[in-house]
Amino acid sequence: MTKHKEIGLSDQAVVDMYRIALTARRLDERMWLLNRAGKIPFLVSCQGQEVQQVAAAFALERGKDYTAPYYRDVGVVLALGMSVQDLMLQAYAKAEDPNSGGRQMPGHFGSKKLKMLSGSSPVTTQVPHAVGIGLACKMRGEDAISFVTLGEGSTNQGDFHEGANFAAVHKLPVIIMVENNQYAISISLKQQVACEKISDRAVGYGMVGETVDGNDPFAVYQAIKTASQRARNGEGPSLVEAISYRLTPHSSDDDDLTYRTAEEVREAKAKDGLLSFKKYLKENNLLSDKKEEELEAAIKKEIDLANEYAEAAPSPDPDTLYQGVYQ
Amino acid sequence: MAQMTMIQAITDALRVELKNDENVLVFGEDVGQNGGVFRATEGLQAEFGEDRVFDTPLAESGIGGLAIGLATQGFRPVPEIQFFGFVYEVMDSISGQMARMRYRSGNTMNAPITIRSPFGGGVHTPEMHADSLEGLMAQQPGLKVVIPSNPYDAKGLLISSIRDNDPVIFLEHMKLYRSFRDEVPEEAYEVELGKAKVTREGTDVTLIAYGAMVQASVKAAEELEKNGVSAEVIDLRTVAPLDIDTIVESVKKTGRVVVVQEAQRVAGIAAQIVAEIQERAILHLEAPVLRVTAPDTVYAFTQAEEVWLPNHNDIVEKVNDVINY
Repeated sequence: MTKHKEIGLSDQAVVDMYRIALTARRLDERMWLLNRAGKIPFLVSCQGQEVQQVAAAFALERGKDYTAPYYRDVGVVLALGMSVQDLMLQAYAKAEDPNSGGRQMPGHFGSKKLKMLSGSSPVTTQVPHAVGIGLACKMRGEDAISFVTLGEGSTNQGDFHEGANFAAVHKLPVIIMVENNQYAISISLKQQVACEKISDRAVGYGMVGETVDGNDPFAVYQAIKTASQRARNGEGPSLVEAISYRLTPHSSDDDDLTYRTAEEVREAKAKDGLLSFKKYLKENNLLSDKKEEELEAAIKKEIDLANEYAEAAPSPDPDTLYQGVYQ
Repeated sequence: MAQMTMIQAITDALRVELKNDENVLVFGEDVGQNGGVFRATEGLQAEFGEDRVFDTPLAESGIGGLAIGLATQGFRPVPEIQFFGFVYEVMDSISGQMARMRYRSGNTMNAPITIRSPFGGGVHTPEMHADSLEGLMAQQPGLKVVIPSNPYDAKGLLISSIRDNDPVIFLEHMKLYRSFRDEVPEEAYEVELGKAKVTREGTDVTLIAYGAMVQASVKAAEELEKNGVSAEVIDLRTVAPLDIDTIVESVKKTGRVVVVQEAQRVAGIAAQIVAEIQERAILHLEAPVLRVTAPDTVYAFTQAEEVWLPNHNDIVEKVNDVINY
């Protein structure tokens, strides 16, 4: 039996997962080009984390569960139903951007329709917000859970502690997924924390903690699935740490070679989860060379069209400046 | 009608709204079984249950963040910050997050949260408990800042705040909690946010105040009356957004103004009011607009508190300056 079938994923589901993860990567790559061409002002990248993001989102009840994603979560939001065009519109900060109407930084995902809370620039604020949503689910007796992501750097913030602690005390249906990409901008993991694993911190809150290989979609899927079952059974929150590597600089304004070596990045690129995922699909006859070619072409076309649309879309009207300060 | 202290009126407003709207939630440190350190939430957990009135861990930022998550799901959280000096711990939640939810989401999400918190001097609590930080809050667009001066207004303003669809900072002056009683209707009623009240009519000078300084201003007005000076007293009730129309109307009538605040002098509500008046009514002024404020130090230690706090004598003195200008 194949690995994915063992954990309850259909052939179609894994192919979809790969397609979305690849879309996130290609979209991100395009955005770097657009940024360097002076078309979009800023970019924070998802590269290296797409597989874990999509796998985690697939383990949720899409359409039912709530999310508070962080700024690298292109894979999460695509898997939950945000379109490539939506993401292009936010990158260009256009009026039609469903996240904020062009009012937020790029990567601050939010959508009432998709049950996705609007993010914010000071990191980790999303954790207590997601915990509040978890409390709302519990109070209403909803079957839904609240899924929140953050980088490992964010686990050093007070809000991580305050949110995680409250969620555990009240046994809330919350999953906190730490996307450990080894760097908080320029600060390496060793300079950030003294504990061996970020998931060790779960012990202090009295919740389950687990560390998984973020490059392994099935390990991530299974961890989040199990955590979601715990959450839905009233067994409280979980802390899942998915380990990967940030393959790009922190943002389009960062030069990562001031704090890490090209060799280190090259080594990480060889372990890229997207490559091993593709290899798995090919080995299991779920992706042929021809299918791969078609997939790449279809994604390219989708990005081309979205780019064309977003570039031509109107910017927010300065006359709307005062709208939304108060009701 | 019943005779209530301001704290009783606040408890009553919470009770009325907990009963009126099942989405109203009251939470914070010690607000449940204990009923709050000032007893503002006394009896509410017993009446409405532990789901709707609950204690939180000691974590102000967590309380603020939790409120935001709940608010985006249709709840109307009314968290308490035990003393307003502790607001620094939750500033990001307030100014960085809830105040901007509506704006940054392109008007698709909002945060109908009312943060209640005691503040104010004159009851011998030290700094971080007594600080007047309303100016800090007023500077953040998206927030409303409400400060009642009496039991009747406290109940009506708190009900309006809870029903408001944007975040409100509701500041309760500790000295007013139990210092006097008012006739307060037992049913629900609203006092409009953003609307000042002319507490005392007069023709020679306008005193603009809020919170505990309304009482001091009324007392000053009564003394001035003895000397033949007719002082009008405006109780702002909401310091952000300011009710400029009521202020300007009074200024046009009296031509002389003293603005009174308990907070330190720099960059506060009083400074803002002075600026607004000179922009809108300078040709009606017979004298410069003066301020009565606390001095620019950290909140005073107990032995110096009475010297530090503005009082009615300071107000009378400033009024005499503008009258004799």
